[in-house]
Amino acid sequence: MLTYIFKRVLYAIPIALSVTVVSFILVYLAPGDPLNAIAPADAPAEVIQALKSAYGLDRPVPVQYGMWLLRAVQGDLGTSIASGRAVAGEVLSAVGNTLLLAGFAAFAGVLAGCILGALAGYHRGSWIDRAATAVSVIGVSIPHYWLGLVLTIVFSIWLGWFPAMGAGPDGSGAWMWDAAHLRYLVLPALTLSVIPMGIITRTVRALVAEMLEQEFVVALRARGLSGRAVFRHIAKNTAPTVLAVAGLQIGYLMGGSILVETVFAWPGTGYLLNTAIFQRDIPLLQGTLLVLCMFFVVLNLVVDILQPLIDPRMGRG
Amino acid sequence: MPASLVLPVNAVAATPSRSYWAMVWHQLRRDPMALFISAILLLIILSAVFAPWLAPDDAYKGSMLHRLLPMGSEGHLLGTDELGRDMVSRLMYGGRISLLMGVIPVLAAFVIGTAIGLFAGYVGGTVNMAIMRVLDVFYAFPSVLLAVAISGALGPGMSNSLIALSLIFIPQVVRVAESVTTQVRKLDYIEAARMSGAGAFSIIRVHVLGNVLGPVFVYATGLLSVSMILASGLSFLGLGVKPPEPEWGLMLNTLRSAIYTNPWVAALPGALIFITSIAFNLLADSVRSAMDIRR
Amino acid sequence: MNTLVQPHSQDRGGPSQPLLIVRDLKKYFPVRGGLLERKRRFVHAVDGVSFSVPKGKTLGIVGESGCGKSTTARLIAHLMAPDDGSMIFDGEGVAELGGIELKEFRRNLQMVFQDSYASLNPRLSIAETVAYGPRIHGVTATEAGRLTRDLLFRVGLEPDQFGSRYPHELSGGQRQRVNIARALAFDPRMVILDEAVAALDKSVQAQVLNLLQELKAERQLTYLFISHDLHVVHYLSDHVMVMYLGEVVETGPVEDIYGHAAHPYTRALLSAVPSMDPEHRTRVPPLNGDPPNPIDPPGGCRFRDRCPHAHAVCAARAPVLAAVGENIAHSVACHMNDSLSGHPEAKQEYPA
Repeated sequence: MLTYIFKRVLYAIPIALSVTVVSFILVYLAPGDPLNAIAPADAPAEVIQALKSAYGLDRPVPVQYGMWLLRAVQGDLGTSIASGRAVAGEVLSAVGNTLLLAGFAAFAGVLAGCILGALAGYHRGSWIDRAATAVSVIGVSIPHYWLGLVLTIVFSIWLGWFPAMGAGPDGSGAWMWDAAHLRYLVLPALTLSVIPMGIITRTVRALVAEMLEQEFVVALRARGLSGRAVFRHIAKNTAPTVLAVAGLQIGYLMGGSILVETVFAWPGTGYLLNTAIFQRDIPLLQGTLLVLCMFFVVLNLVVDILQPLIDPRMGRG
Repeated sequence: MPASLVLPVNAVAATPSRSYWAMVWHQLRRDPMALFISAILLLIILSAVFAPWLAPDDAYKGSMLHRLLPMGSEGHLLGTDELGRDMVSRLMYGGRISLLMGVIPVLAAFVIGTAIGLFAGYVGGTVNMAIMRVLDVFYAFPSVLLAVAISGALGPGMSNSLIALSLIFIPQVVRVAESVTTQVRKLDYIEAARMSGAGAFSIIRVHVLGNVLGPVFVYATGLLSVSMILASGLSFLGLGVKPPEPEWGLMLNTLRSAIYTNPWVAALPGALIFITSIAFNLLADSVRSAMDIRR
Repeated sequence: MNTLVQPHSQDRGGPSQPLLIVRDLKKYFPVRGGLLERKRRFVHAVDGVSFSVPKGKTLGIVGESGCGKSTTARLIAHLMAPDDGSMIFDGEGVAELGGIELKEFRRNLQMVFQDSYASLNPRLSIAETVAYGPRIHGVTATEAGRLTRDLLFRVGLEPDQFGSRYPHELSGGQRQRVNIARALAFDPRMVILDEAVAALDKSVQAQVLNLLQELKAERQLTYLFISHDLHVVHYLSDHVMVMYLGEVVETGPVEDIYGHAAHPYTRALLSAVPSMDPEHRTRVPPLNGDPPNPIDPPGGCRFRDRCPHAHAVCAARAPVLAAVGENIAHSVACHMNDSLSGHPEAKQEYPA
């Protein structure tokens, strides 16, 4: 088991490194000189030269990458061109907000998906099954940015139950754990939860249905084991797969939240990325991308390590 | 490709023999869901293709006097947008770009991804390992994030979003094609073909491709819905098509200001994205079960 | 089967020259070791196998699963590159300078696999499968179509009824007939039958075996028949070769092997076959345990761990193949056959 964890961690290192390379290189795909974003267009040649050496832009690209990586490891992601503040600080507060949103959405989505999927799997062919299947197809087919809009129309404009935009009554973006702030979380979290719900419902339904047909479960039932005991067996055997799917989905939520955050003006990483892209704020773009992707890499790693641990078959030993 | 040779049906044979694809086609034609979905998709596609002839009004020119008319207004069955343009016409024209933006990346990924996957899987060994490890890097990014990042870095525009989406789907298609190729390559009929002195190209064309295409095709049909949502999403963010082009995602974005005054008109383009995407998904399900017949 | 052997149309060396001579064939598969393991280890799948197949005869290769018989077949067919060894086909070195070209060799040597389903492309109709080989060798479509019809007819499948069918619409026996038809499409001189009837029902097996016998006589074929079924090998083979852990332990004419087996392993194999005759009861105990791990075969005689006659000398030295008594056609690799080996049970010179 330890060897497996060790191997998996070793394997994650080149992936993580490649992620930093891609995050860094993406900027070189951008048309135009990154310097244009820093220096005014009419700056004299000496100023441009000075800026170039200050940012290390006169060095070869691999050296620039090395310098950037070295600073990034120490927590220095550069300075945002748009706001003039440190990128690390901006990204961290935004990541906090996004995690909050994604966490709630994942919890709601996975929970609803498990319940719906289990019900559908238990009562295959019934109306519950058909309803759950319909919900899961809708869940994976719906453009969530549109769903956000529709929910806003219904719950915010018509019914007036929840606010349509922002993350708090004062508009500062700073989060607080109180009812006033939580009301702002409801609609975006609900919107985002649709993404994992559809897939989890589908996965759990298939797993439960397959499990019920397996001989050992049939045997357990034949021996007169209570429904609860059978359920425990099923839960134990489906948990690893559900965990793996759910883990991946949480990662996708971090990306998928970009669109939802835009709809609800939620001050998270999606909002930050949007700003970075349209203001051509290269350091901010790099930094946000890097942090989000590292989070995803670590998440994958954790899921991969946890999965065999809770698997009754002990998976890969 | 097995050319479906139509041989005279012998009286002894109870059922006529069909090639695999003919059986899939036969299965699909008997599936009422598949027929219904196909009809809806066909309607959307036809009204997009024939928009210049069918659209009741100009999709680009509006009238400031008729801004944001509600649904059912005279001459504007589905109302008008924030610049007074007829919604029916814009939605029909919008389908042209939205459908293309959804289908082209999948098509590109299907062709390129299958080619790479076949090559990697057939060659095997270190080359295969190297290709798959490089593609693993793409899996380290959530797909929406990668799409936004790439088209953000390349700059807004239709072709850049097409490139971004294709780049996202290619590794996924490669994975499917590679794993099926690796399985097929080990089968005895490949060895039998080698025994008859066939070259690698002939073996891949006749014996591998025919068996790999099915699973990859199913996977690609499933991607259509994702592609539609993502492509429109990029336009919604302002990273895709630029105004004044009619595109469903972009229309959804520009109409956002109207949700307080005219919510249902504002939600219309999204409803079309939803209908198309769910139709693609259901069709993919039908295709999958039709192809699940004994081969 | 002692039908009078007509020379094949492409015969070169005359009837007394063996069709195929295999010398010292070796194949080691590397084993994936742990991350920190430095020494690479190998499975000795085929370890120095030599034999020859006379023209128009059938050589049966028997042994437990994992003994290297299928690997040997694949090495001969060049579906796998051997690590060492050479082959001579009707007097010409295979894929050697001045010898027979690999492409030409493959045309002369075809193979029928065990899994009749996996060896047919599910996307091609029966006729397309049989015609594929001739088509890629430039035979016209009409010509290939006619050839296919003739071949299907010959293996007992009505071309009009079966030609347009797909593999899943056929029974196992019918599929194996298709595989045989495909192998015959090149008019080969030698056919390797790798467990070709193992997956079939007994009654179907008999039909396919009879078909194989007829085809052999008709087309002057030479068979390499690989099987774990000793009854079937007895029925079909002229010569038998027994393999154990990648090595040949005994080889000889079929009557000698079945009548006077000299190797304890062969005797154990034969005694494990259920006998139909109550008078002829099993005396030698059948084998115990599994073959040892082929990654590190035991030194000396590889069979000694399971051999009831094992002795110190068996661990010290590996026995070599040598003639049994004066019968030079029958040879065995066992110390008990060598009067000078020092084995206590070794036969003395000129036994009574």
